[in-house]
Amino acid sequence: MNIDSIKNGIVIDHITAGKGMELYALLNLDSLSCPIVIGKNLPSGKMGTKDIIKIDADISLNTDILGYIDPDVTINIIKNGQIAEKKTVSLPERLVNVISCKNPRCITSCEQELDQVFTLTDKENRVYRCLYCETKAKEENH
Amino acid sequence: MRSLIDIKELSLEELDSLIATALDIIDNPQKYSEKCKGKKLATLFFEPSTRTRLSFEAAMYELGGNVLGFSEASSSSAAKGESVSDTAKMISCYADIIAMRHPKEGAPLVAAMNATIPVVNAGDGGHNHPTQTLADLLTIKRKKGRFDNLTVGLCGDLKFGRTVHSLISALSRYAGIKFVLISPEELRIPSYVKTDVLDKNGIEYVETTDLTGAMPSLDILYMTRVQKERFFNEEDYLRLKDSYILNPQKLENAKSDLCIMHPLPRVNEISVAVDKDPRACYFEQALNGKYMRMALILMLLGIK
Ligand SMILES: [Zn+2]
Repeated sequence: MNIDSIKNGIVIDHITAGKGMELYALLNLDSLSCPIVIGKNLPSGKMGTKDIIKIDADISLNTDILGYIDPDVTINIIKNGQIAEKKTVSLPERLVNVISCKNPRCITSCEQELDQVFTLTDKENRVYRCLYCETKAKEENH
Repeated sequence: MRSLIDIKELSLEELDSLIATALDIIDNPQKYSEKCKGKKLATLFFEPSTRTRLSFEAAMYELGGNVLGFSEASSSSAAKGESVSDTAKMISCYADIIAMRHPKEGAPLVAAMNATIPVVNAGDGGHNHPTQTLADLLTIKRKKGRFDNLTVGLCGDLKFGRTVHSLISALSRYAGIKFVLISPEELRIPSYVKTDVLDKNGIEYVETTDLTGAMPSLDILYMTRVQKERFFNEEDYLRLKDSYILNPQKLENAKSDLCIMHPLPRVNEISVAVDKDPRACYFEQALNGKYMRMALILMLLGIK
């Protein structure tokens, strides 16, 4: 399946190779019943290799998750088989219930009904810290 | 409605104004003795800290207010499984301001997000303890008359010592501050404090393991406890512990107007013989904590 084969839907392009499955899980795409294609390690002119996700339905994506995991992705909105819109994402200032704090001394570790909130504290180095305990989000979440 | 969870929330102007109020309280205690008449402070201590709780309570009583609360989690609603946010909402019905101590980091922030009255963080685990830093700052102001152009020695456990981290971030906002970071290798200042606070603010600092050698340059010496459980083995602890105990011999080459500070409680890191030295400021520092808590309560309640 290529872009042409989608009538109305979304193509997340230029995903850093290896991050496609992580995005698939975090965006909760498993819950959709429409056709979805994930391409892994595809050759890409400017990136060497890339991942790609094609969703054959007009859904609303959580761009905060995309921005946090892989801010260089391109989102193509497909309408009637044509690219109707190209969008880029940016680093979100705030992440709510996307990742969770790993600090066992954090209040979120014992009060699970609290929202897991992380804020961007250092844009240059893409550092996110827990709102409550200021613990840095771990690299494995990227 | 305003709370104080982290010392960084206070602007330099607000800090100046708190210090000015505290100094005025010291000079004119009578003027303040009924300022909080009819107001109630709730001290919600989910873990015991007698020293901090008594300081908050004394502060409120000296302002003419009243105090209610609990001093450990087992006697509180938390023992029945009530959340911090529910406790904060409930206490907002009974009191005018909350001082909260909690073993979990971020709990006072959760309280502040849910309370309809101001919340003061009275210590959240190893995270923040802003009123300790306020006490430290008033002590420096009263002893030195300024916050700029000081060489500040921080000695002991610089890795886990939250009072040290928060004092560094408070003083890094002033010009001409130089830090001498004195600790065993195992307990050096974490690298994020260096990159995020010291380097970011262009603050000069040196790291050393030698307290005696650093002594002559210091205007302020802030001592903290080197705890046995921070070491991997007993041998290292025994080998190092005496190097970080302050005694009269180590003070021989110190400046005559050195200001010796300690957040208390002390165990043995400052020998009792130092207490008689006029440069010992740590008991006064505890008293200053009460004055700053009084100034803070007035500020948060909007009382002039
Ligand atoms: Zn946390």
